[in-house]
Amino acid sequence: MRWYLTRRVAASLLTLFLATIVVFLGVRALPGDPAVALSAESNDPAVVAAIQHKYHLDEPVVSQYGHWLGLALTGDLGDSPLTRLPVSSVLANRIPVTVELTLLALVIGLVIGVPAGVIAAVRPGRITDYLASGVALAGLSIPHFWFGIVLILLLAVHLHLLPAAGFVPILQDPVSNLLHMLMPAFVLGAGLAAVIMRQTRSAMLESLGADYIRTARAKGLSEWSVVTVHALRNSLVTVVTVFGLQLGALIGGVVTIEQVFDIPGIGKLTLDSVFQRDYPTLQGVVLLTAAAYILVNLLVDLTYTVINPRIRVTGAPT
Amino acid sequence: MTVTPVDPQPALTLTARALRRRRARRRFTARPLAVAGALGVALVVIFAVFAPLLSPVDPNAPNFDTVLAGPSPHHLAGTDQLGRDVLSRLFYGARSALLAGVLSTLLATVVAVPVGLLAGYYRRILDAVVMRIMDVALAFPFLVLAVGLAAVLGPSLVNATLALGIAQIPVIVRITRGEVLAARELDYVAASVVNGSGSATIMARQILPNVLSPVVVQATLTIPTAIVGAAILSYLGLGVQPPTADWGAMLSEARIYLSQAPWLGVFPGLAIFLTALSFNLLGDGVRDALDPRMRP
Repeated sequence: MRWYLTRRVAASLLTLFLATIVVFLGVRALPGDPAVALSAESNDPAVVAAIQHKYHLDEPVVSQYGHWLGLALTGDLGDSPLTRLPVSSVLANRIPVTVELTLLALVIGLVIGVPAGVIAAVRPGRITDYLASGVALAGLSIPHFWFGIVLILLLAVHLHLLPAAGFVPILQDPVSNLLHMLMPAFVLGAGLAAVIMRQTRSAMLESLGADYIRTARAKGLSEWSVVTVHALRNSLVTVVTVFGLQLGALIGGVVTIEQVFDIPGIGKLTLDSVFQRDYPTLQGVVLLTAAAYILVNLLVDLTYTVINPRIRVTGAPT
Repeated sequence: MTVTPVDPQPALTLTARALRRRRARRRFTARPLAVAGALGVALVVIFAVFAPLLSPVDPNAPNFDTVLAGPSPHHLAGTDQLGRDVLSRLFYGARSALLAGVLSTLLATVVAVPVGLLAGYYRRILDAVVMRIMDVALAFPFLVLAVGLAAVLGPSLVNATLALGIAQIPVIVRITRGEVLAARELDYVAASVVNGSGSATIMARQILPNVLSPVVVQATLTIPTAIVGAAILSYLGLGVQPPTADWGAMLSEARIYLSQAPWLGVFPGLAIFLTALSFNLLGDGVRDALDPRMRP
């Protein structure tokens, strides 16, 4: 177990290190001179040269990477040339917004997906199964940014039930914050719910056909207890795995959903920095995304070992 | 004494393969939803190929007399802010959706399958290096990677297709490599080794045909993701550029007119949704036909 943990953490750190190289080189591959962008599009060669010297842009790439990584490790990701604010503080302001949106979407995904998967599996081939599976397939196919647009048209423009877009900090007005977050979180959570539903259904069907379920029924346990305590518990491993695999889709979804609903989170910051050629911010935001993704996948793997004791015995997930 | 090489793939195997194919075809056609998906995909292909014949008018021709006109017998899906016929633009939009969705997946498969095959077959250092690179690529969520690549390459349909294709490679490499690792331990591969077949022959004739099913399934199920991804890139301004008709770009252009002309937001979105749904139904059908054990 300890050897597995050490190996898994070391692999994650190596991946993160290699990801920093990709981020660094990737941002430098973007069209346009970063020094010109940092100078707020000044064409004065002296200003550009001064900026190149200040940010080590006149040095070899390896040396530039060393400077950047050294500072990044201390939490210094540079300053945004547009806002003149440190990138780390911009990120710190945006992270809670995206975390709140993602957590709400996750809750919605689980609350809809798990029960729907269980209901579909308990009565396979019945109308509830077809209905849940059909809705899940639609949820997988629907472009979320369009689903968001349709909901805005319906719930905000026509029915005036929810605000169309924007964001209110939770500490400023918790109710207004929730009202603003409800639609984007639902849109983001709906896709997740579809995937969770399909995987829960599949895992539950397998569990419900297993010998231990027959034993549980033979012992005279109620159907509720058989389904929730025995079958669902064993199917949770799948749900945790799906969560790890879906996190990427969730982060990707945040980019478009924050744009559609004008939410000032990490996703919107990513696009804004791409379009405004704000390289230090883009570098910081992509690095943060990759680090978060690697960290959560590591946590998912570790949770997996806790839920599924066979992994602890064999030492590695299959 | 001479040893007569034994053909590890006798005629009987070919017959078994033909039988498997026939059974897969039967399993596919027995599922009405899979057939519906295939018909839906065929319809989108027809729209894309015959767009010039099907479109009532030129998709890019503005008509300032009919700006933001609602659906009517003259314009079945209404007109946009420049008076252009939305239905014509929807037909033409099928072209970029299919090109980006199908070509990007094809590109990813063509690159990823040989890489996964080599990594899984040779293992050791090659496998370690390839999988580390794939792990790093997978550290960036699909859409973030596609947005980043599209930003690096510049906004256009070709670059969006390339970006989506590159972003799909890691998953297909992983699946291929996993299947190859399992396949190379099987008896028929061992028989080929004993028989003196070279690595290239074993990979091409023994392993590849037996790992293609899960790869084809993954590719079919990835196409709708790529189609939606292409629409997102265009919506964000990183894909097809105006005035070219594209479903994502149409939604992007419609943003400020949605409250007064909701059809501008409804029809292109429906087109993306129904196309992705058709491909998903087709993909589910292909998966059930080729490998029923993978059914969720």
